[in-house]
Amino acid sequence: MLRTLVVLAGVGLAVLAAGLWLTRPQVVDPVAMGLAELEADATRGEVVYWASGCASCHTAPGSDDKLVLAGGHRFQTEFGTFVAPNISPDPDAGIGGWTLGEFASAVTKGTSPQGAHYYPVFPYGSYARMTPVDVADLWAFFQTLPPSDRANEPHQIGFPFNIRASLGSWKLLFAGTDWVLEADTPQLERGRYLVEALAHCGECHTPRNALGGLDTALWMAGAPNPSGEGRIPGLRRDQLDWSAEDIAYYLESGFTPDFDSAGGEMAAVVENMSQLSAEDRAAIAAYIVSLGE
Amino acid sequence: MVRIPLALALTCGLAVAGTAFAGGHAGNPAVSARKAHMQLYSFNLGILGAMAKGETEYNADAAAAAASNLAAVASLNQSAYWVPGTSSDDLPGESRAKPEIWQAGSTAAEIGMSFAEAAAALAAVAGDGKDAMAGAMGAVGKGCGDCHKAYRAPRN
Repeated sequence: MLRTLVVLAGVGLAVLAAGLWLTRPQVVDPVAMGLAELEADATRGEVVYWASGCASCHTAPGSDDKLVLAGGHRFQTEFGTFVAPNISPDPDAGIGGWTLGEFASAVTKGTSPQGAHYYPVFPYGSYARMTPVDVADLWAFFQTLPPSDRANEPHQIGFPFNIRASLGSWKLLFAGTDWVLEADTPQLERGRYLVEALAHCGECHTPRNALGGLDTALWMAGAPNPSGEGRIPGLRRDQLDWSAEDIAYYLESGFTPDFDSAGGEMAAVVENMSQLSAEDRAAIAAYIVSLGE
Repeated sequence: MVRIPLALALTCGLAVAGTAFAGGHAGNPAVSARKAHMQLYSFNLGILGAMAKGETEYNADAAAAAASNLAAVASLNQSAYWVPGTSSDDLPGESRAKPEIWQAGSTAAEIGMSFAEAAAALAAVAGDGKDAMAGAMGAVGKGCGDCHKAYRAPRN
């Protein structure tokens, strides 16, 4: 009897160990990614910066300066309250001491330099699709930003979600590099890259399942607002009948076709999108129009 | 011959006025006034925006008139209809104005002032050509967004 229990306990531990090993935090291989050979360009990185919406979450609450990534913004979710960290180039309070490889692991794998899983409130599930050159360019642009010495605050997350090791399973289930939709023209490919990777539109506009993963069967069909305030609208054709020109103009100006204006979190998104080229906004619009019903 | 149509006209006129009066006072009058104010922004921006988007041909006179209207509406003293007790908490389903507008640290009034400046700047150049007009619309749109980002509750 005792023997059976010992064997069972041993099997249990082995399964747990295998599970933890399988779901351990992954890092990028800077050599395989070719990061060292890339000629990073901060000017190109600025486009990646606005498209990726870094400032929307990482600037201080109430700050109008979208280049100071001091953190402090609080996100209330059903899993607890997350506090955006300081990702300015300050070597102590921010991420100025990181290597490009560590930055790439954080952004595309959701793994910290200390080897811990980040919570998916950081949209690495979308950024996983970012190209190595865009990661390197973005990192180059980050170096040009002003440092902030604001100290980080801990997230307020209850059990069991405070066990970061469990996030490995979440990543295996939900964070991949596959595209959600087909794209058969260069413009649609660019639009898909902007929407599905950089601008991470699906993170808000797509509903989540019980485990917090995006339900791709309902891609861009609208979702409850995690803050509990209102509903994030669906963008499929039967939900949004704006023309591609209307969508592009909205992303540039904030004006809807009937000249209401964007509000809430989307107003911040428009501030970012208005920094992109007209071609990029048109590509996003083409992708949205291609969503179908 | 004259009296009947006159009486008819009077009756009709009173009926229409009565309906309009009832319609205008169906909800909170301050909220109704705010919505009417926003509707005037929207209508005039629609004229300018259609030209900016290329949906209608640019017309200097029409653009100047719409921008001038916009600036005039923006310069109105709105204090009588942005009154406490009319927030989305006070009047759910009717008002989308967040309570933060009336709380300490509110920047709503400053945003309103910069919006009025942006509208005046637009009015100054709207008749100077499509590019000048479209360029000046950026700051106006930013003003709309600044206020709606912080102080407007979602529709649903």
